[in-house]
Parts: sequence; C-alpha cells; structure tokens
Amino acid sequence: MRRATAWVPYLQVTPLSLVFLLFLVVPIATIVVVSFFDYNTTEIIPTFLLQNYEELLFSPVTWQTYLQTLEFTVITWALTLLIGFTIAYYLAFYVRSATWQTVLFLVCTIPFWTSNIIRMISWIPFLGRNGLMNTALLHMGLIHQPLEFLLFSDFSVVLAYVHLYTLFMVVPIFNSMMRIDRSLLEAARDGGASGWQTLWNVIVPLAKPGIAIGSIFVVTIVMGDFVTVRLMSGGQTASVGLMMMNAMSLLQYPAAAANAVVLLLLVLMTVGVMMRLVDIRKEL
Amino acid sequence: MTRKMNGQGQGWGRRKVLKGAGVLAGAAVGSAIGAPTIWAQNNKNIVLRQCGTGVSAFNEIAEKAKADLGFTIQMTALDSDAVVQRVVTQPNSFDIGDIEYWMVKKVFPAKTLQAMDVKKIKLFDKIVPIFTTGKLKPDSVIAQGTAPHSVGFVEGKDSTKFAKGQTQWFTAIPTIYNADTLGIRPDLVGREITQWKDILDPKFKGKTSILNVPSIGIMDAAMICESAGIMKYADKGNMTKPEIDKTIEFLIKTKKDGQFRAFWKTFDESVNLMASGEVVIQSMWSPAVAAVRSKGIPCVYQPLKEGYRAWGGGLSLAKHLSGAQLDAAYDYVNWYMSGWVGGFLNRQGYYSAVLETAKANMTADEWGFWMEGKPAQKDIMSPQGKLMEKAGTVRDGGSFEARMGSVSCWNAVMDEDRYMVQKWNQFIAA
Repeated sequence: MRRATAWVPYLQVTPLSLVFLLFLVVPIATIVVVSFFDYNTTEIIPTFLLQNYEELLFSPVTWQTYLQTLEFTVITWALTLLIGFTIAYYLAFYVRSATWQTVLFLVCTIPFWTSNIIRMISWIPFLGRNGLMNTALLHMGLIHQPLEFLLFSDFSVVLAYVHLYTLFMVVPIFNSMMRIDRSLLEAARDGGASGWQTLWNVIVPLAKPGIAIGSIFVVTIVMGDFVTVRLMSGGQTASVGLMMMNAMSLLQYPAAAANAVVLLLLVLMTVGVMMRLVDIRKEL
Repeated sequence: MTRKMNGQGQGWGRRKVLKGAGVLAGAAVGSAIGAPTIWAQNNKNIVLRQCGTGVSAFNEIAEKAKADLGFTIQMTALDSDAVVQRVVTQPNSFDIGDIEYWMVKKVFPAKTLQAMDVKKIKLFDKIVPIFTTGKLKPDSVIAQGTAPHSVGFVEGKDSTKFAKGQTQWFTAIPTIYNADTLGIRPDLVGREITQWKDILDPKFKGKTSILNVPSIGIMDAAMICESAGIMKYADKGNMTKPEIDKTIEFLIKTKKDGQFRAFWKTFDESVNLMASGEVVIQSMWSPAVAAVRSKGIPCVYQPLKEGYRAWGGGLSLAKHLSGAQLDAAYDYVNWYMSGWVGGFLNRQGYYSAVLETAKANMTADEWGFWMEGKPAQKDIMSPQGKLMEKAGTVRDGGSFEARMGSVSCWNAVMDEDRYMVQKWNQFIAA
C-alpha cells in the first residue's frame, strides 16, 4: 500500500512543475542565452559575446536610469506602505463589524474593476495645464498660473504608481492584521502600553509578513514598469523597462536581453533581502 | 511610425468563396456597362499576402482589388520595426512587402525580395520622377536622407547592389508618400511661425514636443539645429558620430532648459497633446493634424522655410514569387497605379505614384484642393465620407509641387544607427 502511494506526491506536483518549466524556466533560460548573442541591424547572430553586458554596465546612461528607477521604487514603496498600512489598520482595528469590514474592503477594490491603463490615463486630463485640477485652483484664486509640475513630471509618475499599487499593500497587510490574536492587544494595554507602543511593539512585528509580501509586489512591479513612466512623464523620464523597449523596437534583442538579466538579478537580490528580514513562510 | 493600424486578415472559407463569386458577378456586370479596364479574372484562387506599415493597409483597397482583379489580397499591418524583421527573417510569410524606402536600404541586401522588371509595369514612365530620377522637376535639388530613387534600382535581376542611375530592375513601386513638418495651434502661438527654429522660442517654454521615435526624432532635431544655426550637416539622414554627439548635446540642453513638455511616441499621443493645449508647436504627422481639426480645434500643418521631412512607401515582391502568383503580383502593382487607389489615397491627404490616373478618379474640386492648392469649392470629404475640410479652405502648404518640391530630407537609416540609439537613450534619460 505504502509503496503504491509513494509516487502520488510526485504525480501531484507534476502539472505545476511542468507549467513552471515551460513558462518560467525555459523563457528565462532563453533570455539569458540570447543576452550573449551578437546582432546587427537586421539579424541576431548566435555566438558568445560579453559585449552586450560591457556596453550596458560601462555606460553612465545605464547607471543613471537604474538610479532613477530605484528612486521611483523607494518613494513609491514608502508611500504605498504608509497609506496601505493606515488603511489596513483602520479596516482591521477600527471597523468592528465583520460586515462593514467586508464592505469597506470591497470599496477599496472598486477602482480595480477598470483596467490599469484607463486608471492611469484618467490622470492626464485631470492634471493637465488646462485640466480639472488647474482650472479649479485658478477659479478659487489659489494660483495665478497653471501648475506645470502636476503632469509629465516625476510627481505625476509617483502619483500614478501610488494610486495603482497601494491596494497591493492593503490586502496582505490587512490579511496579516486579521490573524493577530485580539487578546494580545488587551494584554498590551493591561501591561500599561500606550497606543503607539502597542502599534510599534505588537502590531507592526505581527504584521511584518503582510508588509513583506506587499513590499515584494510593489517593488517588483515598479522596477519592471515601463508604460506608467512613459505615459505619465510624457516620455521625458527614462526607466529600465523603457530602455529595453527602445532596444527591442530597433531589433536589438540581445541588448534588451542583457538588460533584462541585470534587472532580474537586481530584483531577485532585493526580494532576497526582504525574505531574510522577514520569514514569510512562518506566517502563511 | 504606425500612422494608421488598419489591417485585415482573410481566410478562405465557404462563405468567402461565395462572397467572392458574388463580387465577381458584380464586376462582370460592371464591365458590361462600360468600366474602363477589364482585368484578367481567371486567377481567383490566388491569394497574395501583403504585409506592411499600416499607413496604406486600407480594407477598401483589398476589397476593390478583389472586385477588379479577382484574387485576394490579405493585408497585415505591422509597425515599421516589425515589418523589417518579418521581411528579413520570415521571407516565406508574405508575398508583397509594403515597405518604406528607408527600409529598402536596410532589407533589400538581405536577398529576400526580388527586383521588378520595369518593362512589365505599364505606367512606369508616368511615375512621379521623385522615385526615378530623384528630381520632381528637372532643376530640383535632390534632398538629403534616403531619397527613394537612390534605393529604387538595382544593377541586375538578382543583384542587391543599388544602381547609381535607372536600370530595368526596380526595387519598390511607390504607394504613398508625404511631406512632414511641424504642427501648430494658430490660436495659441500668438506669432508667425516660419522656421523650424521657432520651436525654440522662449515664449513656448514647456509647450513644445518632438517625437520619441529615434530615427525620425533625430532628423526633426537636425532640422531644428540647422535652422537655429547651431550646426550644418553634410547629410541629415546619415550623420557622423560627431554630428550625432552635437545634436544630442543640443537636445539635452534644450530639455534641461524646460523647453519640451513631452515626447510623444504614438499618433494619439500627438493628437491629445495638441488638442488639450499642453503643447502649441510640435512634430506631427498630417493625419494627426486632421484629427485635431476634426475636434473643432484649430491646428495648422505649418510649411517652414527650410522645407519638409518626407517619407514614402512602396510595394516590393518577395523572392519566392513565381509563375501565376508572380503574374498576379504584377497585375496588382499595375492595378495599384491605374487610378482608383491613387484617387483614394490622394483624397486622404497622401500622395500617390501616378498622378495622371489618380486625377481621373477625383472630382475637379478635390484635385484642386488636394493637389493644386486651390480653395475648396465644396466641403471636402474623406473616401469614408467623413468631413475633412470645409468649403473655402486651402490646404496647408499648398500644392503638390509646393510641398513635395521643398523636401529638405527623406526619412533614412543611418550607418551609425546603433550609436545613435544609445545616444538617444541618453537624451531621454537626461
């Protein structure tokens, strides 16, 4: 009996393993291989070259662009964490009735019923020189010149990111907070802890896995993004994703592949550090 | 680069065959009551797959070809980079390549296309001379960049070496071409715009844009640089490394000074920037100007003293075509120039290869407006029946000769392409 069932677990993991192999391992391996190829204007030449990496890593443009992307990532991460944590905290601890919790949580997800692109593009007429925001401020007499920095700037890029990705923070943090045993909070209060002390010493440590998962979502998405940066900066700001797109549009696939490999390593390292700081599995 | 995405894929199902038969019957009736030309109709099983840049991939053309010629044209619209890639790497996946002339320079040497015998092209002598001699009129100066005639002929049937003069072997039959310039909002610029350098006027700080397609954007930048007296180019379409460096340096400085509001990449972005008043002067394509105007917002495709940046596309034949399919391809090319398509394209503000036959397919008023720069007598409608211009309007830039006669530079591919893109990325990242 035992012998007959020994292979069952293997059978059970086979479908998922095959899916991963086919749709994750093979494509990534291909990208790595292509990143060493040579190319000219019309063709990709299979060979083994380090030139793509040399051109990439020794160019100041690359460093500038990676720094810019990291800057966006850090700012977006901090803002989404702050906002996401606050919303989750409110939902988990201030809203008492389970029904209202569910209702309010659903309200948070409503914007996600429309497409990502639509939500982003909607900002453009809102923030533009003759947009709603500027028109309203001008009419109220608060400003005398339209505010130009609102659109096609780093500000609008970060704004779009925060708007698009805060929910990715809210959901896992809310989930972690809901698992916190309420008697711990009572114990903290009985022990004489102030509200801030309870928050900092009890809730934050116990919500860490949610924070880590949310952070992984936000960081990986922002680092790989190209469309938000392009649309919201009006093409005036570079990002790593955009660099790859520019290379691909000129059939320079190996150059784009090399860039993709470098970005992948950077993202993996970032995620690795986060996993070291917080043991996610313990809490799942 | 994709000015218009409008592709069509047709398969051969029972319905299609039946529909085709119906169209055939219609065509037969048509010819009985005196249609001018009757094309061979014994080739209805032939399908020609045309892949191209989408600018000229109109469903109407495929439908009309089906009706007139009997065989099927399947059109696939791709962006220009994808076309280059397909022509070079998948030569059997298409029969007719609808490519731009700068691409010819890039893809013809890859030996996946065959040259056309000019003797089989009936109206070859009537083609606008820009494509044969390079000169619109005998005394015209040949423009910089990849001028179509310079890649128009090869030395022999199987040669891929571009010939200096005219030969019997033609690489691509022109389909559609036009002259690009800056678009402006006449209600918002508040001054006269006459030169490319006017985009640098401090008055327009934060209200200008150029396009972020490196190979074209750099040329618009070069037109601006030259106009502003910053530098003079031997050939704007084929810059040297120092020329690229200096142009990009100028672009970065202008960007840091805050002169630009945005850089656009797609057709609709350019329309929105202009229509919303975010920019008042920018690089534009002519259909985009029409799109802004159709919203009731004033927009002018401003002719400038230094001239236009022109582009053009053509049909070329895949290497693998032979026998009946090759004959059909020649029929198609000849049909393309026989007038109906010419009128169809001219009535949208583009130009066609053979003007004489196109004229016969346009009303005198349409011809006067689009080609001769005369005020429209009646409202000017697009072939799809949409109002394009109101009666009394004169086309921006005027007549065909005034516009195509002052081309300063053709869209091109540079020898230092790879270097240019690296520098362009630097400009965007700056």
